[in-house]
Amino acid sequence: MEFIDYYKILEIDKAATEAEIKKAYRKLARKYHPDLNPNDVNAKKKFQQINEANEVLSDAEKRKKYDKYGKDWQHADEFEKAGQQRSQNAGSGFGGSRQGGGAEYSDSDFSDFFESMFGGQGKKRSGGATKYRGQDFNAELHLDLKDVYVTHKQTLTVNGKSIRLTIPAGVENGQIIKIPGHGGEGVNGGPNGDLYITFSITNSTNFKREGSNLFADFELDIYTAVLGGDITVDTFDGKVKLPVKPETQNGTKVKLKGKGFPVYKKEGEFGDLFITYKIKIPTNLSDKEKELFHELAKIKSHGN
Amino acid sequence: MEIEKYISTKQFCELHEIELSFITSLQELGLVTLVVHDEVHYIENEKLNDLEKIIRLHYDLDINLEGIEAISHLLNKVNLMQEEITILKNRIKLFENE
Repeated sequence: MEFIDYYKILEIDKAATEAEIKKAYRKLARKYHPDLNPNDVNAKKKFQQINEANEVLSDAEKRKKYDKYGKDWQHADEFEKAGQQRSQNAGSGFGGSRQGGGAEYSDSDFSDFFESMFGGQGKKRSGGATKYRGQDFNAELHLDLKDVYVTHKQTLTVNGKSIRLTIPAGVENGQIIKIPGHGGEGVNGGPNGDLYITFSITNSTNFKREGSNLFADFELDIYTAVLGGDITVDTFDGKVKLPVKPETQNGTKVKLKGKGFPVYKKEGEFGDLFITYKIKIPTNLSDKEKELFHELAKIKSHGN
Repeated sequence: MEIEKYISTKQFCELHEIELSFITSLQELGLVTLVVHDEVHYIENEKLNDLEKIIRLHYDLDINLEGIEAISHLLNKVNLMQEEITILKNRIKLFENE
């Protein structure tokens, strides 16, 4: 744990007046406040630092203690052990119970340095305390593309509470869903906050996805491409037999209707699967094969 | 009207220690929609999130109502753009590792 220079954070002098501190805080808060920087993790971190600095420097008692002990804060802690409970901020701990699924959730507002020095003294900031509606929580849930091919239920733990969640098939990477009422508790009869889950979906399959459409390449041998024939193609959940027309060109795209990814929140509806043929030129030819290709080449040049 | 889905503006202002006139001004600017029932003004729970954000901008950051109005337009744009960026990022993956 390191000493934090709150004056430096607020870009002010150690002799700054109360008014100067307020002005400096507001100036920086207008730049980094999370309300003005949606989904910006760096701004949020920066704001937490600014907020913490303001929390200490705008409170005469806290500032006095901070100035007095400064870098010797560890002794200050022993000296003025308040004995109060550490204030619990919007907690932490959010984990997927499924294997491969997992999420992190952290919304702790204050640094260890602050908690150690002022832990029991609470916060006076007006915007920080819940007055009616509970706080919103944010969480990220990591899943594989295979996990979101079917609608499934998953139990998550948020702040020690289990939430049984239905994750609809076809959810998108980066999509945010709101779980109403699963945020912080409201006070004075107010409603609970909401839980916002951002899905981070990795794709370990051979398919590429765009919305509900899937794309894949299929290596087609030159003989089937030239003469035509039947091939077996992998789809996301199985295999299909496909006829290949004679004289199929490299890069030809075939659409397999309804063999794509599930459409979000439309039960039973699927996108399409697009297969692109990549024709494989044979290598390590035998003398006989080379001879036959020469023969073909001769016929072709005469034919033209 | 399901009363548990609303809070009266009076109670809301008392809890948040703000002036009732502030909410009236927001209503005039179209930044908050109030519901009137038996001559009492209510705020829908669903709208509390946006309203509390406005209160923070005004009381914590000292931004006036005109500023808040401009910010709320810009934030709507930012949200739409972020959604678009997510879609575009996902689309880019189609062309990666070819």
